[in-house]
Amino acid sequence: MAHYRGSLHGETYHFDTLAALMAAATPARSGDALAGIAARTDVERVAAQHILADLPLKVFLQDLLVPYETDDVTRLIIDSHDTTAFAPVSHMTVGQFREWLLSTATTAELAALAPGLTPEMAAAVSKLMRNRDLITVTRKIRVTTAFRTTLGLPGRLGSRLQPNHPADDLAGIAASTLDGLTYGVGDAVIGINPATDNIPTASALLEMLEELRVKYDIPTQTCVLTHVTNSIEMIEQGAPVDLVFQSVAGTQAANEGFGVTLDMLNEARSAALSLGRGSKGNNVMYLETGQGSALSSDAHHGVDQQTLEARAYAVCRAVDPLIVNTVVGFIGPEYLYDGKEIIRAGLEDHFCGKLLGLPMGCDVCYTNHAEADQNDMDVLMTLLADAGTHFLIAVPGADDIMLNYQSLSFHDIAYLRNSFGYKAAPEFETWLEKMGIVSQTGALIDGADASMKLLEAAHV
Amino acid sequence: MSDVTRDAKSDPWARLRAATPARVGLGRAGAALPTSAGLEFQFAHARARDAVHSSVDWAGVAAGLAPLDLIHVHSAAPDRPTYLRRPDLGRQLADRDWPELVLDDAPDVVFVIGDGLSADAVTHHAASVVQACLPLLASLKIGPVVLAAQARVAIGDDIASRLGARLVVTLIGERPGLTVADSLGAYLTFAPKPGIKDSARNCISNIHGQGGLSYEHAAAKISWLVKEALVLGLTGTGLKENADLKSIGSS
Repeated sequence: MAHYRGSLHGETYHFDTLAALMAAATPARSGDALAGIAARTDVERVAAQHILADLPLKVFLQDLLVPYETDDVTRLIIDSHDTTAFAPVSHMTVGQFREWLLSTATTAELAALAPGLTPEMAAAVSKLMRNRDLITVTRKIRVTTAFRTTLGLPGRLGSRLQPNHPADDLAGIAASTLDGLTYGVGDAVIGINPATDNIPTASALLEMLEELRVKYDIPTQTCVLTHVTNSIEMIEQGAPVDLVFQSVAGTQAANEGFGVTLDMLNEARSAALSLGRGSKGNNVMYLETGQGSALSSDAHHGVDQQTLEARAYAVCRAVDPLIVNTVVGFIGPEYLYDGKEIIRAGLEDHFCGKLLGLPMGCDVCYTNHAEADQNDMDVLMTLLADAGTHFLIAVPGADDIMLNYQSLSFHDIAYLRNSFGYKAAPEFETWLEKMGIVSQTGALIDGADASMKLLEAAHV
Repeated sequence: MSDVTRDAKSDPWARLRAATPARVGLGRAGAALPTSAGLEFQFAHARARDAVHSSVDWAGVAAGLAPLDLIHVHSAAPDRPTYLRRPDLGRQLADRDWPELVLDDAPDVVFVIGDGLSADAVTHHAASVVQACLPLLASLKIGPVVLAAQARVAIGDDIASRLGARLVVTLIGERPGLTVADSLGAYLTFAPKPGIKDSARNCISNIHGQGGLSYEHAAAKISWLVKEALVLGLTGTGLKENADLKSIGSS
């Protein structure tokens, strides 16, 4: 019995489930092929897109891709769905919704709509969009968040400074941090992935960042990307926690693989809020996601990786985060094979996150066994900056020596700001000007005077 | 006074560079990398890609393993592009790719050498690690060494169960980084059989010549774990590296 069927040029196509239809309609990528759910031919993919285009958006409230009874992410999505916000588009098919997004939808309408959309609706419409469509719509969406800096304002491009070190060496991390500051990087967060994920290490790293931040009076927030349960305990111990970090995924089982529950995230948010450390706002959570994480933990329910990624955004928006990013090329070529697939996924993730109301950024990155290189990252970062991304991640020389992958470099953030006129968050921008690092246009000032001053005072 | 110290007094960038192996203090041309720093990065990435995509010098590895008995096999992944997309195929033997052979009695330990994600790691280090282990495992019966092309770690489970081995040590090329492109890993699995979980393995990683584990140190760790595993009857989370290992490793 075929639940979803349609014909294309005389040929009939049918898909047994909505999940199968969604998977077949997804632009090609290795992870769905690995899961055995990708379209078998290019024509079958287009046929699935035709059938999907004619489906009413309402279908996604009735035919649930992951069972309500056994999955708390599905329950979160359905129980928090805002029917009033959904009303303006509730009569549309997925194809009509695409056309509305691209034509008359305004910034204010999109902001009001976000709580009325489910991740599955966002994923469905993205599957009918070309890369340029994803950019067109995302440019219209405005999401603003704040802690010590205000992120997401027009004409601004935020950045995470990621100063990782394979031995968590404090002097080494300080060196990378100072290097990044001289390029104007770090307004979204200065965030370290610890090599050893335990509380003593995380506390030592956090104290070092706090000392640096206070010493130079830097208007930004810091974070050690340790497990959420560690952050809760560190807050109880009195550590200077600005943001609580956690990796999240789009199914309950995949989140269990990360050792995280929705209750834990809520508890961590309350704990961080109780510290009252934000001066401009109270967004205290930092979340990371990435296509393929559910399949890699065998928790995908036959749903394609892009739809599951969008479901992770339901988890994110429940805790009102300061920043969210997809780590788009980190997982490897068995999920996103090459530069083309990574670029597509980066734009999809950014679109779905923004459409669902998230402060969405991206770790533009790849591993050495993917068919990708820095040229592909150049394309994706430029497209994302143009699409109005909340923030991008940067490491010294694009080379993360702890996690062994390539991201953007500090230079790349400076390129996007110098070439296209984007500025850092206003509070951070003022500090950069005061330190003599950037001019009033936000461009790096030539000559090393400011950098020297910062470095000489550092005693690294 | 060393060059680094002298430079550090006059040049704060040198101080930064001395504090971390990260690519700090690179300088800039506009907002871009200076040409030399850009080419240095390209070299590191090219070397890492070559490590992934080149083939192991299997003849050289075989020569380095003499006079041990060898078996050559291939995974179900026919080529590198398939291997990279389909990790499941790299864990299985190709159809009919297993020799007719009769072992006099089942071995205690089998070494499987797989290319993994770095052919260079296997070409440079695998035979030497096996040779360094042999004298430390002299009391045990060691089976033929199996050389597996387009292989993931779990291919060793199937191979070792066909040989009736009590334990398999799979040596495999690790995902190359920009700094080290030829790092070898060793995975130990007790009572190997297809489908066994990764949590049932012990892993020793970072065997290489740029500040990684030496052959002797790696062999000491592997041999200690092999003997403990055979006594305890398990590998994985139940088998912790013991403090005694340090004295073995440094002796």
